[in-house]
Amino acid sequence: MTVDGANPAAEKRQLPRGKILPYGDRHGDGMVQVSFTLELPDGPEAEEAGRQVMKLMGLTDPQIVASEPLGPSFTFFVGYGKLLRPVDLDNLKVAKLPWEKLDPETINKMVRERLGRPIVVVGAATGTDAHTIGLDAILNYKGYAGDHGLEAYSAFRVVNMGSQVDNRDLVARARELRADAILVSQVVTQRNVHISNLTNLVELLEAEGLRDDVVLVCGGPRLSHALAVELGYDAGFGPGTKPSEVASYLAQEVLKRKGV
Amino acid sequence: MNMNSPGRLRLNLDPDIIAACHDSAQVIAEKVWKELEGLSTVAVERAVARLFGIDGVDPAGLPLPNVVVDSLSRSGGLEDGVAIHLAKACLETGGEPQDVAEAIAGGRLDFASIPERPRHEVEAKARELARRAVERILSRRREREELIARLGQSRQPWLYVIVATGNIYEDVIQARMAASQGADIIAVIRSTGQSLMDYVPYGPTTEGYGGTYATQENFRLMRKALDEESEKLGRYIRLVNYCSGLCMPEIATMGAFERLDVMLNDAMYGILFRDINMERTLIDQRFSRMINGLSGIIINTGEDNYLTTVDAFHHGPQVLASEFINLHFARMAGIPDEQIGLGHAFQIDPWLESSLLYEIAMALLVRQCFPNCPVKYMPPTVHKDGNIFFAHALDTMYNLVACLTGQSIHLVGMLTEAVHTPFLHDRFLSIQSAKYVREASRGLSDNLSLVPGELIEKRAQSLLLSAKQVLERVKDIGLFAAIEEGIFAGVKRDRHGGRGREGVFKKSARYFNPFEELLSGKQSRGFLTE
Repeated sequence: MTVDGANPAAEKRQLPRGKILPYGDRHGDGMVQVSFTLELPDGPEAEEAGRQVMKLMGLTDPQIVASEPLGPSFTFFVGYGKLLRPVDLDNLKVAKLPWEKLDPETINKMVRERLGRPIVVVGAATGTDAHTIGLDAILNYKGYAGDHGLEAYSAFRVVNMGSQVDNRDLVARARELRADAILVSQVVTQRNVHISNLTNLVELLEAEGLRDDVVLVCGGPRLSHALAVELGYDAGFGPGTKPSEVASYLAQEVLKRKGV
Repeated sequence: MNMNSPGRLRLNLDPDIIAACHDSAQVIAEKVWKELEGLSTVAVERAVARLFGIDGVDPAGLPLPNVVVDSLSRSGGLEDGVAIHLAKACLETGGEPQDVAEAIAGGRLDFASIPERPRHEVEAKARELARRAVERILSRRREREELIARLGQSRQPWLYVIVATGNIYEDVIQARMAASQGADIIAVIRSTGQSLMDYVPYGPTTEGYGGTYATQENFRLMRKALDEESEKLGRYIRLVNYCSGLCMPEIATMGAFERLDVMLNDAMYGILFRDINMERTLIDQRFSRMINGLSGIIINTGEDNYLTTVDAFHHGPQVLASEFINLHFARMAGIPDEQIGLGHAFQIDPWLESSLLYEIAMALLVRQCFPNCPVKYMPPTVHKDGNIFFAHALDTMYNLVACLTGQSIHLVGMLTEAVHTPFLHDRFLSIQSAKYVREASRGLSDNLSLVPGELIEKRAQSLLLSAKQVLERVKDIGLFAAIEEGIFAGVKRDRHGGRGREGVFKKSARYFNPFEELLSGKQSRGFLTE
């Protein structure tokens, strides 16, 4: 036992600059807490398996502090261990999105003040795609994971065309509504049909001379921003995207294009 | 069923205001039904087909109830209702409705080519088929009553947890585990997007998005597992699924056949949150509730959902108003109060000063306004953001309010809300906390009383008064216009817009639905006591 602030061992473990370890109650102690369940009945064997799990995580001195049987064949563990391999801060790569995440009030306010009308968004699941799950999660009021859809914003006027929409109908609707943005959802992935659908839409918009008038966005479980840009879209959103992320992007991009 | 009560902890509420709320809500519901009486929907007709025993899919995978209704729609007979055409086909072929459906799917029979028969003969056959369906449902209902009498059940509040793996076989493992840990009610969350499908998928399913498809086979598999667990644990475990979306009446039928115990069934949810056409939803909810009522199923309304989209502190009156409306729609469909589980939630910003007092006020108010209803109380979700430790603390406070205010159905909050669907141990930790609070606080409400004129009572009185005003406004302009105005949850919908509108049709003068006759209004109660 040492008195607080006078721990010679801790002094010795002073980490070099640019290196970092998890902090429990001492600089450099590397303490982490974990919890997990194993498919084993509670008992010494399960506990040892639990310690092994923590060792495989790279933790030193794993300790199980609680094990609770979850019925006859599962056990829940709470454990502590030390992670003593430091993270090198100089080599961190932080991915930056090409837009900033804003909260709904800010989005509504900036669109009201700078554009003076709602941004018109037309959304559809195109081609043979009957899945509207992603599209509805982004557009419908209810939204996804407690994050409301674009319908909930005063900043957007949403027209959700639903599923199995022909690209030509989508383009016609966008023209009729003078849409500021088009949102395309693609889920079906057999034989890369989503790719050809997506490129076909870009070609149609270009042929109609509309491509530059709209912010074109696609989303779906097999899509990413990089792929979307490669296909000729302005942005792409992958799995787990929240409506507020799409809202943030659309508001910033549309206002930027309108120069307001 | 012994309804839970808040003991001596009672608000001083003006009974005249409560009565006025009931009066307005009743007028609102009656007015809606008068406007819609002449209409039916494809979902109601498909439910009649299912009630007549039609099940299975055609070679292309389309459910036979859809095949039958689509075929009738093409041949121009849908306006008469599916019942008389099926009855006529049965008389003509000597087969059962299932044989008729298979013959239609196989192209061996066509509704249009079946010769006319005397009306009374056809109606009598339809009534006979309907009585068989009613008897099938009542036998499942009696089975539940016998199981509860023999095995017993937990004292309220009943702890309610969800499973949502997407795979029914995995759900079964999780549900068994949750029951053994102390859950009284298991809800299988439905796959995202199923509410907008205009058919019910068929057979056991192992893939879903954020939940598991509601199919009759999935219902059966889960019911069987929970029956086994009930026997093992010596208490009856209830099963929940969703009676909502474009197939409300069909799912009510499946739930009745497979002895589900609770179904989420809200009169307005589909309109507000799924943009389903108003007329479609209001017609569908009525027929689905007639079936729910007959099957002894407790319905749960979805007011808790309003509070996930709007601020819970300011929208209390709208929630209470919606509960009155949902109650009267349910009563009109013949459901007794003991089966009407109105929903509300603990969703006020936890950092608002005295937020706990406001939660107690709302929870007690709902409990006292609907003393015979098995009220369902939902945990906080909005103010959980991934900090699982704070979320667990918040849930514990919620658990205390649920127990203190005598809620009946206590949906157990998850510390990992907003992160992922619950892990096995999330459910364990949440049930452990809820069980601890339930047992530790037994008798608390009998030892406390409220100080008159203080914050809790004043808040409840003002919420009730505002709810009365909301209801009067809705009564004046009608429910359709009220929804168009965005009175509920701030969502505006157009009466003639929304999904599923094409599935609404005008009944012909020859329309006949034997279940309407058997189950509507007071008749159903008489029927049940026969």
